[in-house]
Amino acid sequence: MIRYALIRILSAIPILLGVSVVSFGLLFLQPGNPVEALLPLEASPQIAEMMKQQLGFDQPVWRQYLAWLQRTVQGDLGVSLYDGLPVAGQLGGALFNTMVLAVPAAVLAFVLGGALGLIAGYHRNTWIDRSASALAIVGVSLPQYWVAIVLVVLFSVTVNWLPASGMASPDGIPRSFSDLANMVMPVLALMLVPMGVVARVVRASVQDILSQAFIAGLQAKGLARGRILRHVIRNAMSSALSVMGLQFGFLIGGSILIEVVFNWPGSGQLLNLAIFRRDIPVLQGTVVVVAGLFVLTNLAIDLAQAAIDPRMRR
Amino acid sequence: MTMTQLQSASPSVSAATKAPGYWRSVGQRLMRDRVGIASALVLLAIVVSALAAPLIAPHDPNSGSVMTRLSPIGTPGHLLGTDATGRDILSRLIWGGRLSLLSGITPVVLATLIGGTLGIIAGMSGRLVNGIIMRITDIFFAFPSILLAVAISGVLGNGLGNTLVSLTVVFVPQVLRVAESATVQIARQDYVDAARATTASRLLIMTSQVLPNVLSPILIFATSLIAVSLVVAAGLNFIGLGVAPPAAEWGSMLNELRDAIYINPTLSILPGVMIVATSVCFNLLSDSLGSAMNIRETDK
Repeated sequence: MIRYALIRILSAIPILLGVSVVSFGLLFLQPGNPVEALLPLEASPQIAEMMKQQLGFDQPVWRQYLAWLQRTVQGDLGVSLYDGLPVAGQLGGALFNTMVLAVPAAVLAFVLGGALGLIAGYHRNTWIDRSASALAIVGVSLPQYWVAIVLVVLFSVTVNWLPASGMASPDGIPRSFSDLANMVMPVLALMLVPMGVVARVVRASVQDILSQAFIAGLQAKGLARGRILRHVIRNAMSSALSVMGLQFGFLIGGSILIEVVFNWPGSGQLLNLAIFRRDIPVLQGTVVVVAGLFVLTNLAIDLAQAAIDPRMRR
Repeated sequence: MTMTQLQSASPSVSAATKAPGYWRSVGQRLMRDRVGIASALVLLAIVVSALAAPLIAPHDPNSGSVMTRLSPIGTPGHLLGTDATGRDILSRLIWGGRLSLLSGITPVVLATLIGGTLGIIAGMSGRLVNGIIMRITDIFFAFPSILLAVAISGVLGNGLGNTLVSLTVVFVPQVLRVAESATVQIARQDYVDAARATTASRLLIMTSQVLPNVLSPILIFATSLIAVSLVVAAGLNFIGLGVAPPAAEWGSMLNELRDAIYINPTLSILPGVMIVATSVCFNLLSDSLGSAMNIRETDK
């Protein structure tokens, strides 16, 4: 196990380096040179030259990259071009707010999707299976941002039960029912797609497990249905965990659309603002940190899987 | 399919007749799949109405009158109402199909061509080339798709072309991975070894032995990708990255109508219905295609 863990952890390093190269490279995709984007149109060429030197844009690209990487690894993501504040601080707060939505959404999606998949898998080819599968395919096809709008129409416009947007408590942690009320719709909208995905994977995996010989063996032994169910769940868990790891990354990376609808001050909203302010340091910082987190989440899931299921340690 | 079945299917032809080709039997299976046909028909209707937009749209999609702002569904002359600047929603939905379908389907077509080719090359190459291509692919998998699409089109700026580029970049690695693993499996088969033994060139083996066999997994994946691509492309337009404002596109319409959510809630969800219908149909079609192409598995 330790050997497997070590190899798996080491193999994440080149990926993380690749991620940093791509995130750094984003700077060079924008039309015109980066200094022009920063300065007002009427700025003199001398000032542009000064700015170029000050920001290190006169250096060769690989040196710029190494300097940027060194700062990034040390947690210094530079300052925002818009308000001059350090990017790391802004991003930290925003990521926390994103997690406030993503964690409950992930847990709910895992539990409900797992249950749905388990029920469908157990009742193979019955109406229960077909309606659960239909629900799952609709869940996968629905655009989250549209679900969010439909929820707002239903619960804010029509019956006025839930607030249409915003985060009630300033630090993101819900302390009262009204703070929680602000979270209900964003969490529901975020949950739907991963729930559908988990349900589809669990259904397939349960059907596969139920057809295996050891289940017949357990039945022949006279084991009660509930005890057999426990074996099924344990075996289906590992595939469910691995898709959920991916989906959790998508929840954080894809939160931008939901956060825009609900005006939730998370990392997606920050990325959105950075794009429209042409604030490259914030954009780069958000992309590299969120992608880095995605890599680490998948690493953690892989290790957890190997811990649960020794067959994975190859 | 056994010989007896074959003969009973075509009793007038001699036994020497070839079995129906792969693609023909896939077509026949698709014709028997009711869900598949229904979703194909809905898609056909959407595509045809988008193409025929100048003929069938009741109004000019980009001109409105302040006198008729936000009229509700069922207003005479404006069947689905009007938006905040008085433009006819039905006409905009019909016209919007052009940009939405174009920006959803084109990236998948491009990604299938690029990713498919690179994937087959990677699958047939030695360890070095394969390793280089696949490790670069791994890096792109480290980015959640929406984050990568938003970041690239955010940096590139607005415009249909930039949306297409960013989505293509997002989908190439995904198609590549599917194509590579299918190719690796096929390349191990005996008939490929046999072809190698006849000293056929690598290119010939690739086009005559490998390509026909990896085409179906790639196509099945690509059709399911269209559903994702449509939703993400409309999402980019929804947050204002994409086509420039007056143009009709479902995602940007959804965003425009969101401001009127308290005045006319039903209107504000309409463009989304189009996105959902198209995306669900492509997903269902992909499922049908998958089971129709998986002849060996279902014949058991």
